[in-house]
Amino acid sequence: MSGALKIELGRRYRFSASHRLHSPHLSEEENCRVFGKCNNPYGHGHNYVLEVSMSGNVDPATGMIANLSDLDAFVELQVLDEFDCKSLNEDVPAFRDRVPTTENLCIEIFQRLKTFPKAKLERIRVQETGNNSFEYAGDNPEGNQS
Amino acid sequence: MEESSGKAGNTPSALPNRRDKRTPMVLLTRKVEFAASHLYHNPNLSAEENRRIFGKCNNPHGHGHNYTLEVTVEGEPDPVTGMVLDLKELKEILEREVMQRMDHRHLNYELVELAGQIPTCENIARVIWQLLEPKITQGRLHRVRLYESPDLFADCYRNSANAARPS
Repeated sequence: MSGALKIELGRRYRFSASHRLHSPHLSEEENCRVFGKCNNPYGHGHNYVLEVSMSGNVDPATGMIANLSDLDAFVELQVLDEFDCKSLNEDVPAFRDRVPTTENLCIEIFQRLKTFPKAKLERIRVQETGNNSFEYAGDNPEGNQS
Repeated sequence: MEESSGKAGNTPSALPNRRDKRTPMVLLTRKVEFAASHLYHNPNLSAEENRRIFGKCNNPHGHGHNYTLEVTVEGEPDPVTGMVLDLKELKEILEREVMQRMDHRHLNYELVELAGQIPTCENIARVIWQLLEPKITQGRLHRVRLYESPDLFADCYRNSANAARPS
């Protein structure tokens, strides 16, 4: 029966970080026009909410796709330690030459989490504010199903 | 509506029309909450292994959660009623199949559908799917999402490898 169904485990994490949206490929005026307030030279911050969805077989012995403590430790190491209370522009190498929009943040976090050894990463969702959230499933078409 | 193949395939508008046959799919979600207790313990493992794997959830006296269940049904709105299915009917199905079985119950001892399984979010979501799926006759079940807490949930879908799923 379980073969006919797909079970996913979802887990939410929180981190706070600052960023500034600014592209070196645009002029000062264009940066200001495109990014508006987010182009403020001193940056600003958000309380991000990261939602991680993993799939896999539910182990009959444990009833789990993955042990939460393993997943929590992995996300802590790969994402929270690197992003929480940091400047995305200054402290995360991927954003030295990429604008740290939440779209790009999704892609970066997905890359960091897809190597989780105990389950398959289906998709992530990053909520920048209560009104903005972004999802990324990599090149996994099955991930885009919620 | 019935003829969008054949010769119509040569007209510029044919392709969108063919796609339209599947597009008016709407997802409808209803949320209910129930409170239940459980504990994680596998009798085939030693006491130490149970503690190591399940941690605090292995407490022999159990503990409880306020579960939030979101049930999503997919379907085309009925042209007459504008509904995928009657919400009242879905509410009654959820009351009968889920609330009466699980609300204010101990999931280890009172939910026969979970007998022999650890009552994790993953397994409870699957049981809920199996209970609801045959009862939903208008539209079809798309997703069961069960929150154990705001930060932990399980989703259950029809496996796309076994059945086509409208996107």
